[in-house]
Amino acid sequence: MTMTPSPLHPDLDRRSRQLRLAIVDAFASAGRGHLGSAFSLVELLRVLYDDILRFDPARPRWAERDRMILSKGHGCLALYAILADKGFFPRAELAKFCAADGMLGGHPEYGKVPGVEASTGSLGHGLSIGVGMALALRGKGRVFVIDSDGECDEGSLWEAALHAAKHRLDNLAVLVDYNHMQSYGTSAEVLPLDPLGAKWQAFGFAVEELDGHDVAALRAALRRVPFAAGRPSVIICHTVKGKGVPFLEGNAKWHHKTKASAEEISALRAALECA
Amino acid sequence: MRKTCLDCVYELAKADERIVFIGSDLGAGVLDAFKREMPDRFFMEGISEAHLVGMAAGLALEGRIVYMNTIATFITRRCFEQIVLDLCLHKTQVRLIGSGGGVVYAPLGPTHLATEDIGILRTLPGMTIVAPADAGEMRRMMPLTVDLPGPLYIRLGKGGDPIVTRPEPFRFGQAYPLRAGGDTLIVTTGTMAQMALDAADRLGGTAVLHLPTLKPIDQEALLAHLAPARVVVTLEEHTRIGGLGSALAELIAETPFAVPKRFKRMGLPDAFASQYGSQASLMAHMGLSTEAVVATVDELRRSL
Repeated sequence: MTMTPSPLHPDLDRRSRQLRLAIVDAFASAGRGHLGSAFSLVELLRVLYDDILRFDPARPRWAERDRMILSKGHGCLALYAILADKGFFPRAELAKFCAADGMLGGHPEYGKVPGVEASTGSLGHGLSIGVGMALALRGKGRVFVIDSDGECDEGSLWEAALHAAKHRLDNLAVLVDYNHMQSYGTSAEVLPLDPLGAKWQAFGFAVEELDGHDVAALRAALRRVPFAAGRPSVIICHTVKGKGVPFLEGNAKWHHKTKASAEEISALRAALECA
Repeated sequence: MRKTCLDCVYELAKADERIVFIGSDLGAGVLDAFKREMPDRFFMEGISEAHLVGMAAGLALEGRIVYMNTIATFITRRCFEQIVLDLCLHKTQVRLIGSGGGVVYAPLGPTHLATEDIGILRTLPGMTIVAPADAGEMRRMMPLTVDLPGPLYIRLGKGGDPIVTRPEPFRFGQAYPLRAGGDTLIVTTGTMAQMALDAADRLGGTAVLHLPTLKPIDQEALLAHLAPARVVVTLEEHTRIGGLGSALAELIAETPFAVPKRFKRMGLPDAFASQYGSQASLMAHMGLSTEAVVATVDELRRSL
C-alpha cells in the first residue's frame, strides 16, 4: 500500500514543460505565487483535461460536463495554465495574475473564472462540495476533486470521506497531490499522514497509488475509475513539490514565494527550457 | 414553530423536486413522511456540520434548494467558515434552520445556547437572517424561502409560542408594527415580541415594531418609527453585541434625527450563562423579563 516517492521520475516531456513555463509567466507577472504547489500537480491536471474530463470551454456551465474541483486552491497557477491552454479564457489573462484588474487571483474563484467549479483556498472545503455535487449528479455525471496532502490535516476532509462512502459515490474520484511537503516543511514533520492510502481505504474508498508525474500511469488509472462499483475512488499521487526545477524541488522556501527576482525568474525559465 | 417550519419543508418538497432536506443527527422520527415519500431527497447525515454545509453548497450549485436543520449553535458556530465561503461567497440557495435560538436549551448549559448567531451571521455579505415571532408568521414566510436568492438563516424559538402576528403577507426585509404607541418604541425580533407587547400593555404610550428579518434590515420602516420616538429600546434574546440592538445603534448613530432620543439595548449580557433552569428563568436571571423592560423604559422616560 505505501509507496515512497521515487527520485527516478520520467523526464518531463515537452507538454509538461510548456505548461510549467506558462505557470512561470503568470507567476512572473505578479512576482509571487504558490509555485511549488502548482508544479507538483501539473501532470494531474494535464491528464485530467487532456484525456479524461468531458468539458466544453465555450460552454463552461454545460450541464453534461464533468466537474473538477481544485480543493487545494493554492495550486491555482497550474489550473489557470491548463484552463487557458484549453481556451476557457484568453492566455493574456495569465499575465494579470493577482492584478487588480485581473480575474485570476491567488486562489480560484467560482463565478469569476470560467471553468472553476468552486472557490477554494481555505483547505478542507472542496471535497464536501464535491460530495454534494456527486449526490446531485449521481447516474448523470462525474466529479473529480484534487486535494493536497496538507489538506488531509483538516477534519472536514475526513468528514466528507465518511459521507462519500456512506452514499457509495462511485461517480466521485479524489486525487491527493501527495508532495510530502507543506508550508513549514515535510508533512512527516508537521503532521504525519502515513499510511495515507490505508486511511482512505479504511474510510471506504477504493485506493490506488502511483507516481503523480507519470503521465501514462495517471492516464491508465483515471481511465479505470471507479476502481470499484459502489465505492468512491482515490488516487494517492506521489509527487515532488516544485517538480521540474531542481532548486524548487522539495524546497519549502518556494511554497509561497513572494518578491521573486528577475534572476530567479530567468533561472526558472532556463531550467524548464533545458529540461 | 419548529414543527411548522419542518412541516412546511415537507409540503414545499412535495411540490418542488429541487428541494432536499439535510439533518445532522436529529431526534428519532423527525420528518418521517419526508423520508418515506422522498427518500432520495432526505439526508440524515450524522454530526458533521462543517462537511454538511459544504455538501449543501455542492447540492445547491447543482440546482438543488437545500434545507438543513440542527441545533442553532452547531449550525452557526461549528461550521462558520463553511457558511462564509461555501454558502455566502458562492451565493448558494441553502436554508439553515437553527433550532433553539437564544437560550431555549437553558437546562443544557452554555454549549447549547445560541446567543450570538445573529451577530456573527449579520457580518456576512449576502446572508439573509430571519427570526419569526410565531408559527403563523413562519407558515406565511416558508413558501417564500424557496426562491429567495442566496443563503438564509432561520432562527427557531422553542415552539408553542403565542401567536402575536397578524395574518398579513410576509416579505423579507420588512418590519411589522405590532402595536401603535406614543413617544416610546420597542423594537424586537423573534419570540421576544410577546414580552415587548406585555411591557407595552403595562407602560402605555409604547409602540412595538417587530423585525422578523434581521438582515437585510428594514431601514425605511425603522427610520419612520424612530423619527418621532423619544425613548427607544431594543429587545432580543441574543447578546447585546452584534444583534438587533447593535443594528439599531448603528442606524441611530448615523441618522440626524430632529427628535433627540434615549436609547437602550436590552439583550443578554456579555457573559456565559451562569445557571440552568428554564428558558424564562435564565432570561430573567440575565436581565430579560417584562418587569425589566418596564423598568428600563421608565428609567429612560425619567431621564428625558
